[in-house]
Order: sequence, then structure tokens, then C-alpha cells
Amino acid sequence: MAIFNLPFWTYVGVIAGIYTIFALGLYVQDALTGLPNFGHVAFMALAAYGMAILIIRLNVPLPIAATGGVLAAVGFGLLLGIPSLRLRADYLAIVTVAGSEMVRYLALNLQDLTGGALGSIGMLGPSNLAQYNTDWDNFLSPITATLTRLLGSGIANRDFTMLLIVWLLTLVLMLLLWVMVRSPWGRVLRSIRENEAAAEAVGKNVFGYKLQVLVLGAILGAIAGLLLAWEIGVFSPDDYQPTVTFYAYLILILGGTTRLWAVPVGAVLFGILYSGTRFLNFFPLSLIDSGDRAYLRLLIVGFLLIVLMAVRPQGLLGNRKELLIQ
Amino acid sequence: MFDQFVQLLVNGLITGSILALTGVGATLVFGIQRIANFAHGDYMTVGAYVAFVVNVAFHQNLIVAAFCGMVAVAVFAVIAHYSLFRPLRGRGFVAISIISFGLSLLIRNLIFLFGGSAVRQYAVSQSAVYVIGFVRLSPGQAVAIAVALVVAPLTAWFLARTRVGKRMRAVADNRDLAAVAGIDIERIAVYVWIFAGALAGLGGVMLGLEQGTFDPNLGVDPLFLIFTTVVLGGIGSAYGALFAGFALGLAMELSTWQALAGGLGSQYKPVLAFVVLIVILLYRPQGLFGRARVL
Repeated sequence: MAIFNLPFWTYVGVIAGIYTIFALGLYVQDALTGLPNFGHVAFMALAAYGMAILIIRLNVPLPIAATGGVLAAVGFGLLLGIPSLRLRADYLAIVTVAGSEMVRYLALNLQDLTGGALGSIGMLGPSNLAQYNTDWDNFLSPITATLTRLLGSGIANRDFTMLLIVWLLTLVLMLLLWVMVRSPWGRVLRSIRENEAAAEAVGKNVFGYKLQVLVLGAILGAIAGLLLAWEIGVFSPDDYQPTVTFYAYLILILGGTTRLWAVPVGAVLFGILYSGTRFLNFFPLSLIDSGDRAYLRLLIVGFLLIVLMAVRPQGLLGNRKELLIQ
Repeated sequence: MFDQFVQLLVNGLITGSILALTGVGATLVFGIQRIANFAHGDYMTVGAYVAFVVNVAFHQNLIVAAFCGMVAVAVFAVIAHYSLFRPLRGRGFVAISIISFGLSLLIRNLIFLFGGSAVRQYAVSQSAVYVIGFVRLSPGQAVAIAVALVVAPLTAWFLARTRVGKRMRAVADNRDLAAVAGIDIERIAVYVWIFAGALAGLGGVMLGLEQGTFDPNLGVDPLFLIFTTVVLGGIGSAYGALFAGFALGLAMELSTWQALAGGLGSQYKPVLAFVVLIVILLYRPQGLFGRARVL
């Protein structure tokens, strides 16, 4: 495939936008408030499964199903947060990673409900292909038709419409977060990160704030999960490996952990990096056959996590003096 | 009904000993360097693969193979300590844990790239079954339980009676106090990594034997059970992790006993572990034997 391929890069742009929203959740939780969450992917998984199950099994209309998916993620956030947020951060880290593995494990094993290893298309059993995307595509197609009339079919397609929707939503969410971070509420979060005891001492309900942050992050993760499920059209438990959570950490480090505006930059860099490995087909990398490319990609992700975290923990655009992921 | 109980007891002992041995290492590492070591599961995989090469390619028996696996992982853990974890000491918990996840991705995908994604098995019969009383064991399981019966008491003895074992526990329990008491923290840290690496390597071989077959993802699934063991025993408590590993392994297997209102479906065993984790955090976050302190 040629490097300059508009539909391909449109798709990369959509994924980068979705990952921006995903990483924003982690930005609020970890970079801003200091709550380590190594199981962020669970929110993505629960929203996607919640939405798809409601649509496929109960024929619930799309907006209600989407809300249901987000609520599932919020409920799970509360389940993890209430026991662990009063304890040292180590415990939250462990309970979140355990929780996310649990969600993936249940998705794999509750076959009748989730379709097991087949994922969303197996929800009605192996002989009856299940589809949750009809309403979403019906929503997209008139927009795509209008855009095609305006811009021509060279640019406009389904992914292009998704690109506009995803990045519009990203922009709105970032503006909202920007206002929130600057508000007194945001200042309390930063004070919790810097000195929890001091925040407690001036009468702030630290546990309550932490729980709010965990829920806010869960909502952002859930929105990303819904968008990703709609963009791709199918999903399976394998899409929600713990690795995905660390993609979000890599995005924060690539952009910069201290600035909200660095998150989309990191996500775009990550998108280019992640999809760009397919263009690494020169010698000696051409010896690796296409089936093994995924391993090469993850190898690079691991290597970058180590090197960037060791050398520039504040991120490429971050300010080391202010704050870093600790 | 009773023979199922005995069978589950034996399975639980195997699972439990794997969790106990890997959990002891993970909790000591947690104690000396405040890290949730995401690479611990992949250390197991390295042990399993080194032992596989020795066992299948060089036709050595399983005991020799397992020993080579332990040595290889111990050496690897020390190299990782000197090249990665020690230079970065002082970084926060999240930073170090993210780095360990990077290391985990690196190890796993190197094994995928150079060892292939094929499913492997040790040179033991997969079809033979030993029947001892009520209990049916595959040869792999028999080796695993024999190893467990030797190594688990040995580990407990090492931690309780030897100088190095006592010092490792002291450093993991309270680093500053141990330093004031004249313990050479740097040296002990290296010993802890050797100890944790060797046990993780052995745990990997045992898990490979117990499952029968394995691939480079061997260490991925047990990781969260190891973390659960660490919390259950109390972070930094070696005895706690030993006990918690066996308790968790036995509880998970015995929960499927049919006399318990039909028993839990076997696919819910890890869910039980997760429920235990949540309950422990709610009511006894210092672990089963930990003293109450600020957490």
C-alpha cells in the first residue's frame, strides 16, 4: 500500500480521535489527580458490551443502549473505587488491573450473553450473526451523502463522517475538561495529587473527589469504547487486553502529561506509530512476515514505554517542573 | 463426592503452590522497590521456555530443565534490576510499574518473534494417567505436585531460618528500619531479585506442566492472580503470600466441588479470586496477617 492513501489515513485519524478521548480519562485520573488506573480498558469493554447486548438482545433504541453502556462502566468504576480509594494508590492500581482482566475473562466465558471468544457477532449463537451497528450506520449515511455532494466522493466516505463526529466530540470534551480543570474543583484535584493529607486537612472530602474523578474517567473511557465499537463494527474479548490501557499511558507520555492540549498530539503520534509499522517493510524488517507484524508493533510499544518513561516521564511536550506521572 | 473433593484438593495444591511461589517473589519485590511488576508473569514464561528448550531440544529430564529455567530467569531478573529498576529507583510507583509493563511487552513479543506462536509441550506423556487412590494425575501434574511438596517447605524454611531470608523479609517489611539495623539494602535487593526470578521461573515450568500445553501468553492470565495473592497476604509479607497463594489456589478449586450446592462453574474460579480481592480491600486491606497501619 502506498504511504499517501487518503482513506487509510482518514481511518487512522478516527482511531486517533477515539484514543484521545480514551486517554483524556486517564489524564483526569492519573495525571491530574494521581489515581493510577491500570485497567482503564475495562470501561471501554463494558460500554461496548453493554450497548451491544442491549441492542442485540433487547432491541433497545441506540441512545438508550449507549447510555446503558456508559452506566455499566460507571457502576464498575464505583465497584473498584469504593473499596480501594481510601487506601494507598498501590491498591487502586492492583484492583483496577485485576478488574479489567475480570471483565475480559467474563466476556470470554459468559458465552450465552457475550458471544464468548467470537465476540459481538456471536451474541445470538454461532449460526446467527449478530449486528449492533444498523442504527448507527443509518445515522451516519445521510451525513455522508450530504458531505459527498459537497466535497466529492474522493474525500467523503463513512470514515470521513466518523472523523468529523469524533473530533468534534473530542473538541467539546476537551473544552469541558479545560473549564473543569481551571475551576476550584480542578484545583482541589491537583492539591490531592500533590498532598492528600493537606487537602484533607483543609476540609476537602478527598474520598468523594477521588470517586468523582474515577467516574468521570469511566465516562470518558466508555465514550471511547462506544465510538470504537461503532467505528469497527465488531469486537471480541481480545480487543480489551490490558495492553490497551497502556496505549493510553503511552499517548500521555508521547504528548505530555502536564498539558491537556498535548493529549490529542500524543494520540495522533501514537496513531501514526501504530499503523505506520505496516510501512516498515524495508530490509531487515521485511524478513518478518505480515502475521508477525503485530508482535513487532507491540515490541515497539514496549520499548517506547520503557525509554520514554525513563528519559522523559513528563512527556515530549511536558514540563518536568510542574508534574509527571509518578 | 468424596473422590471429587480429593481430586480438587490435589489440583488446588498445584495451583496454590504456583501462586504461593510466584506470589512470595512478587511481594518481596513489591516490598523492596514499590513496584507492581507487570513482567512477573512473563518471567514465568521465560522460565517455561528455557526449560522447554533444555527438555525437548537437549533431551534433559524435567528436573534439570526446570533448574535451568530457574537459573535463566534469576539471571534475567538481576540484569533487569541493574539495567532498569535500580537506575530508576526514586521514580514513583506508577512510573516504575509502567516501565515494568513495557518490559513485559518486550519479553512476550520477543518470545513470539523468535520462539514462534506455536503451542508447546514438555516431553512428558499427555495421555498417560496415574491413578493414586481416588486421584487421577497426568505425569505433568505429578511432577508439578512433587516439586511443590519439596520447594514450598524449602522456601518457608529459607525465609524463616537463613540469614539472607530473614534480611529479605526485614527489608521488604520496612526498608528504612532494616537499613538502620545495618542490613546492606543493595545486596539484599539483588538477592530478592534472584529469589523472585528463580521462583517465577519454577512457577512457569509448573504452570506449563499443569496446563499440558503453553504458548508465549502463558504468564498473562496468572498475573492478576499473583497480584491478588500479594494483596491477600499483605503487600511485602512473605509468609502472608505463601499462605495466601495456597489459600487462593485451594479456594478456587474447591469452590467447584459439587457438594457445595452443586459447586461453582469452573469458569468462575477467577471471579471468586476477584471477589476475595474486593472483600479483603474492604475489610482487611493490610492482608490476612498484616498489622493494621496507615495504608
